[in-house]
Amino acid sequence: MSTTPAVGAPPAGRRGAGTPRQDRPTRPGGRRLPLLLILPTLVLLVVALGYPIGWQLVTSFREFGLMQQFGAPPAWVGLDNYRSLVTDPELWQVVVRSLVFCVVTAVLTVLVGGALAILMNALDRLPRLVLQVSLLLAWAMPVVASMTVWIWIVDWRRGLLNWLLTRVGVEAAQGHNWLSQPLSFLAVACVIVVWMSVPFVALSIYAGLTQVSAEVIEAATIDGASFLQRLRHIILPLIAPVLSIVILLQLIWDLRVFTQIKVLQDAGSVANETNLLGTYVYQLGTGKGDFGSASAVSVFMLVLTVALSWYYVRSLMKEDS
Amino acid sequence: MGRSRTSRTLLTVLALAVALLWAFPVYWMLNSAFLPNVVLQSTTPTFLPFGGSVDNFRVVVTDPAFVQALAVSLVVTLTTVVAALIVAFLGALAISRFRFRGRASFVVALLLIQMLPAEGLFIAQYKMMSSLGLLNRSLGLAVLYTAAVVPFTIWMLRGFVAGVPADLEEAAMVDGLSRTRAFLKITFPLLAPGLVASGVYAFLQAWNEFTVALVVMTEEQARTLPLWLRGFVQASASRETDWGQVMAASTLVALPVIVFFLIVQGRMSSGLVGGAVKG
Repeated sequence: MSTTPAVGAPPAGRRGAGTPRQDRPTRPGGRRLPLLLILPTLVLLVVALGYPIGWQLVTSFREFGLMQQFGAPPAWVGLDNYRSLVTDPELWQVVVRSLVFCVVTAVLTVLVGGALAILMNALDRLPRLVLQVSLLLAWAMPVVASMTVWIWIVDWRRGLLNWLLTRVGVEAAQGHNWLSQPLSFLAVACVIVVWMSVPFVALSIYAGLTQVSAEVIEAATIDGASFLQRLRHIILPLIAPVLSIVILLQLIWDLRVFTQIKVLQDAGSVANETNLLGTYVYQLGTGKGDFGSASAVSVFMLVLTVALSWYYVRSLMKEDS
Repeated sequence: MGRSRTSRTLLTVLALAVALLWAFPVYWMLNSAFLPNVVLQSTTPTFLPFGGSVDNFRVVVTDPAFVQALAVSLVVTLTTVVAALIVAFLGALAISRFRFRGRASFVVALLLIQMLPAEGLFIAQYKMMSSLGLLNRSLGLAVLYTAAVVPFTIWMLRGFVAGVPADLEEAAMVDGLSRTRAFLKITFPLLAPGLVASGVYAFLQAWNEFTVALVVMTEEQARTLPLWLRGFVQASASRETDWGQVMAASTLVALPVIVFFLIVQGRMSSGLVGGAVKG
């Protein structure tokens, strides 16, 4: 009986020609078959993603404004788009705002998610199930549907938030428009993003926690380790892989946050002062028709994401091989 | 374990409070969806939909704009699901059954591409669609969506394909079945759960997507459901909104998603965190 060979068998394993999986590429036509199989993927990705990325890279070195949209040939301007962006104080405001928003939101998400994971781990079966179902419900909500509910909750005329705040004695909350000031706008956005991101983080960390053996924890408790000591010296090192992946994903996702900001802006706020990178590109491109600058900012975003993703991809690859 | 009774009760209470807090917006959507506007307009909120009705839903469902957006969303989503499954299945077959030159780079490329933000690409995609005459066309949007979901779908499917032992197929071939028939009879049924999970993933992505649709579907008639829903929010900025209707609309958009999501959630998250959590 031949057993299924390990997926990550070293090249030397080729000699074991009896194993069916390695047999295949040597079959007539077998060498070309895998390439044929990935061909549709390659064509699709090149057309729908590769070409736009290339176009964008090229356009970021060109003058491409309204005139060019109506047929004027785009002139090469070298690094001009980048230069004018780098010297533009508005871009730096947007970049700093995006980074701060991203880090604050990601850190809050992971802290809250981690706390809920620890809570779940300590719970009895039934309350844990209730908590998990509730988190799944929030996670399942489509982004735009969640946004409409939240906008309804923070609505300045009849929203629940202002009613609650007024009830507990914050008189100033009556008729207060949270979305009109950049800072409270971003705070609302942060709360919403944390609300939607926590379920994934909490459930992933919880899955990691269930791997920590109860005996080890018990032994440490008997030896007199406090909760914090157990957390720091036993639990954290054991769940470090999940934790780092979750933090990384959160940073990447919060950097590109667009839908939430855009829809909140639609509900009535000053776009200029609440723009993050995504909405800024949108405004540059579709609002002002300045595709050259929009492309330059996009290239910056892509490079940043790829750099951040690298570690994540490597850790997934380890699993694959 | 010597955990005291009181601390356990406290933890339970805390958990229920958190559960309530997290599910509350979802509840609030449902609650408001059943309440008439007169009730919602009062200065004190109503927390239970007693005496409510399905009028809001009736208004929304009979709105021609909703029907149109639903049609666009259905066409785009179903096209995406079918196309993504076919393309991704072939890709998954290649990376889980064959060792070929460039395989590692292909997988790395897939994973990296999967992380690319739509926000870093949409200007160029808009330009491309407009020069191809595919703006406001379901086909164009479906192509962009398929490309966006295929990398992760391959990643999700590859585990399922690898899980079906090649020996089984070979054995069937020895027993006289042709390669294709062996595949259809033996391998395919075993793959069904994987295909369902990946199909649901593609469905959720396409159904919920907002960013690319916003850029590519510029005309009113071409709006997908999320764009149509956003129309309500835009209107709320300038005038009094019938929040009951908006919430009914949101509920209609969210309902299929919540159902499907609960089916596939486990698979999706294990694909995302990968080997960091051994399920």
